[in-house]
Amino acid sequence: MHPILKLVAQRLALSFLLLLAASALIFAGTIILPGDVAQSILGQSATPEALANLREELGLNEPALSRYFSWLGNALQGDLGTALTNGRDIAESVGYRLKNTLFLAFWAAVVSVPLAIGLGLLAVRFRNRWPDKLISGVTLASISIPEFLIGYLLMYFVSVKLGWFPSVAMINDTMTLGQKLQAIALPVTVLTLVVLAHMMRMTRAAILNVMQSAYIETAELKGLSGLQVIYRHAFPNAIAPIVNVVMLNLAYLVVGVVVIEVVFVYPGMGQYLVDHVSKRDVPVVQACGLIFAAVYIGLNMVADIVSILANPRLRHPK
Amino acid sequence: MKNIPISAMIGLFFTGLYFAAAILAPLIAPYGMAEVVGDVWEPASSEHLLGTDNIGRDLLSRMIYGGRTTIFIATVATALSFITGSVFGLLAAVLGGWADQAMSRFVDLIMSIPSLIFALVVLSVMPVTIPVLILVMGLLDSTRVYRLARAVAVDINVMDYVEAAKLRGEGRGWVIFREILPNALSPLVAEMGLRFIFMVLFVSTLSFLGLGVQPPAADWGGIVKENKEGIVYGIGAALWPAVAIATLAISVNLVADWILNRTTSLKGGRG
Repeated sequence: MHPILKLVAQRLALSFLLLLAASALIFAGTIILPGDVAQSILGQSATPEALANLREELGLNEPALSRYFSWLGNALQGDLGTALTNGRDIAESVGYRLKNTLFLAFWAAVVSVPLAIGLGLLAVRFRNRWPDKLISGVTLASISIPEFLIGYLLMYFVSVKLGWFPSVAMINDTMTLGQKLQAIALPVTVLTLVVLAHMMRMTRAAILNVMQSAYIETAELKGLSGLQVIYRHAFPNAIAPIVNVVMLNLAYLVVGVVVIEVVFVYPGMGQYLVDHVSKRDVPVVQACGLIFAAVYIGLNMVADIVSILANPRLRHPK
Repeated sequence: MKNIPISAMIGLFFTGLYFAAAILAPLIAPYGMAEVVGDVWEPASSEHLLGTDNIGRDLLSRMIYGGRTTIFIATVATALSFITGSVFGLLAAVLGGWADQAMSRFVDLIMSIPSLIFALVVLSVMPVTIPVLILVMGLLDSTRVYRLARAVAVDINVMDYVEAAKLRGEGRGWVIFREILPNALSPLVAEMGLRFIFMVLFVSTLSFLGLGVQPPAADWGGIVKENKEGIVYGIGAALWPAVAIATLAISVNLVADWILNRTTSLKGGRG
């Protein structure tokens, strides 16, 4: 077997194991309470009958281990159970919302990835001069403000004061793509700002690292211009670390989405999760937690596999 | 102390200011925390320097008391995260073998789930009180400290002086506390600044989502949540916490940067 296939297969198996363990952890997270889940959902004033009913409904009378396996088994077959609060099928509500969330995250990625790489290249080209300093200043500022506040700042200045974009991002199926994009313009901007700084900094670091190699000096000595050296010689060799950073940030994007959706009242997974956490709707929270963890672990896995594939020493073994 | 760079000076000044305001909140706040003193969303005036909030409480007083809650929770959670993380991290580095493997793989597992998501999952069944918040945030964050502490300690553990200490028969406690900890302290302290900021952001986010500090107690994230409806009418009350969080975060960052530079310079920062 080709060694690279073996490595990739190993990564796949490892991620699968990790996801399995993560599902156990999410399940354990909701039974960690020393008392009784039913009690904490209904509160202190609950009648004994209501408690008994809820315990029956949640299957709390069975041992935790068998509950976990039946939950996992059903989840693998696409059955996420029903919500406690409105009795609806979770998989159905999640399907629609997941689509919206991925739509938002997709456009944020489309904007932020090329922008971050472009600005990272610029920062290297003008290293230690004002564009570089400006970029690192903005980086510091943007990691110092929580994303929901960046959201409100933009909402206040761009949408309320200037009136350019709507302040809430309501979308539905009857809207055209253009209308949808107009609606999500602000959340996409916020998400871009949140991940841009980190991605740019890592791109800069990755290219600077390559810039110290001897072949870069050769390229400079043979008279190539600054940007050409970066573009032709440094960038191709920095692709693996950059792709890695991009993937990690996309994983971060999936989490940042949770808060941003609440800010802009966007009908996605994040808002669904937060709503049901405050309603103490445990099955929904478990299902959403599992999906978020799966996406996060999946993107991290892709990052690992890409960096394996991008390594020529592994691709062409001696 | 005389050659502190100007940026660190500014950072120290503002960090000190915020902590002083947090400690002295009842003395300096012009009104009570939950006292309704005016109309809804009054503009800034000489009586109410930042105006009033969504039910007519003085916003400046809310901000000061809110800062107290936020900074208190963040500080205790950071301390918890540091003690847990570094004790286990150093232990893992010194013990090695299966103990190290077990702890490290467990930490990998916890870090494979985004901490906000995991916190939400746990808080869905826990009563949302301040001790629970501190516990959840501190323990989740200790995984990051564990990684750093272990990485730093593994490097120190192979140094000659540690070897010498082991050969002359010192116990594990001595090796950890007298040989490794003093040398691992500076990266850990610099990291502490970043963890503290992260905690401030974390607790603000949770409160903003309605799953952190519960009303009528004030905290910066909660103030945003209470006043967010005003934004659409052009009332900026919800934006003040942004200013507070950003200045606190930047000043702590400046101090942390200075500590890191000072302790990693070749002269050991003494020159």
